[in-house]
Amino acid sequence: MNWFNRTWPSILFAVLLVVVWEAAADYFHIPDILLPAPSKVIAGMIGATPLYLKHVWPTLNEILLGYAIALALGTLCGLIIAFSRFMGNAIYPALVATQIMPKVAFAPLLVVWFGFGLMPKLILIALIAFFPIVINTVVALNMTSQETIYLFRSMGAGPVQTFFKLRLPAALPVFFGGLKIAATFAVIGVVVAEFYSSDKGLGYLLLLEVSNGDTTRAFGSIIYLTLLGLLVFGVVVLIERLMVPAHMLKRFDETSGRTAG
Amino acid sequence: MTIEISTEQVTHAHKSKPFIEAEGLRIAFGATPALDGIDLTIAEGEFFSILGPSGCGKSTFLLLTAGLLHPTGGKISVEGKPVRGAYTNAGITFQNHNLLEWRTVLDNVLLPLEIRHIKNDRFVTRAHELLAMTGLDEFENHYPHQLSGGMRQRVAICRALVCDLPLLLMDEPFGALDALTREEHQLLLQDIWLHERKTVLFITHDIREAILLSDRVAIMSPRPGRILDLLTIDLPRPRSQDVSESPEFIEYSRRIRSQLFAKPLSSKMAASKMTGKTK
Repeated sequence: MNWFNRTWPSILFAVLLVVVWEAAADYFHIPDILLPAPSKVIAGMIGATPLYLKHVWPTLNEILLGYAIALALGTLCGLIIAFSRFMGNAIYPALVATQIMPKVAFAPLLVVWFGFGLMPKLILIALIAFFPIVINTVVALNMTSQETIYLFRSMGAGPVQTFFKLRLPAALPVFFGGLKIAATFAVIGVVVAEFYSSDKGLGYLLLLEVSNGDTTRAFGSIIYLTLLGLLVFGVVVLIERLMVPAHMLKRFDETSGRTAG
Repeated sequence: MTIEISTEQVTHAHKSKPFIEAEGLRIAFGATPALDGIDLTIAEGEFFSILGPSGCGKSTFLLLTAGLLHPTGGKISVEGKPVRGAYTNAGITFQNHNLLEWRTVLDNVLLPLEIRHIKNDRFVTRAHELLAMTGLDEFENHYPHQLSGGMRQRVAICRALVCDLPLLLMDEPFGALDALTREEHQLLLQDIWLHERKTVLFITHDIREAILLSDRVAIMSPRPGRILDLLTIDLPRPRSQDVSESPEFIEYSRRIRSQLFAKPLSSKMAASKMTGKTK
């Protein structure tokens, strides 16, 4: 019941938004090509379910592969930076500086370099999702206080014990914060990549629908993309819940969570 | 939180065997000297406090004893052996509890046993006993964030004691507690010490606390730290908080104050201005 008490205002707000949209589309006679009513979008989605599903799989495939690459490389780089002072000094400033760079700007170049296959898409997704993972990994692994490290040393703990019993568990909340940001970034990456070079996938479908003047179906594609994003995000949150005690996540959200992006 | 103390333990056992020996101990951070020639001998089983203003280097002395910092000069040895690298025969507590927030109270206390691979029946039983002794037996499965500041500090003390090591290093363990909780915990610590008889090196800037708990008190000067005076506190144990109203206590306190505040702040300011000019 506690859950309901906290959640009903947001549900009410969402429902109200859809109702206002529906009513406005009807009342002002907004043409479908500009803004179709939600009822029409949903009807269109149901009508074209096989078409959407056909394009969901390649997109999901690209997201998962690109995200996996970002996860592996990002975590590895984060570990190297956190554990080697020299590498940290060498790489980290450049990394923070390039974080500002809009990675999607590389989309057309990636087509020049790698053509129209899977490769340029995976690279773009991995490139975008990589940064929040590295930076959060570095920050996360430095969450332990000097005093706690002293305590571990005085208990006779070696580097392996200190890592598994102290630095790793202490790092998890911030690390997962990075993974969640990366999940949303991966979906942005896949859409842009498919805009530039694709003959399948939801990004391709979206562009096709817009150029055909079928705004109703285009909204359907956007909704499917959103659902994919939620799916990836949800899986990350699920794993996080299994690995991190709830009270640590709460504290993280209240304090540093908002600045993690 | 009551511990039975036999009268035999209460008697002021005469300490003879040196446990910690510092000789001309120096350390500097960059060009700034933090400790400037410390000579101290702390006997086995002694409750020894270092009292000084904040920033005087008293915590640095503790870290040197623990082998967590390395001296730039002089010698420090514990149990007759020079300290090289981390000294692992001591339990440590800091002002911050430093508990692992993903572990329960019991698991925090068991941590040193896991790290040393001695998580056997004897020590696990000891962990439960320590938690019971400090009034935490009903909180074994709680997480640190569910406890009060005093309780967290008690868990940290249990963690420092669980391996039954001969030395306890305490760096302002009650510094973050409110005044009333602090008084309670001082007495609890005395009870624990009378029961366990570890050698304790206790760092504090609280004059009352130092006299109440210690066998001896070293008074340290502001940075760079030097030992100004060494006081033997000859008050019968167990001591209650009322002891602070006794004439002896007041005399100790007066003597410490006269050492610490020999130079009023105003003259120090003038002195620092003058040295500033000569540079």
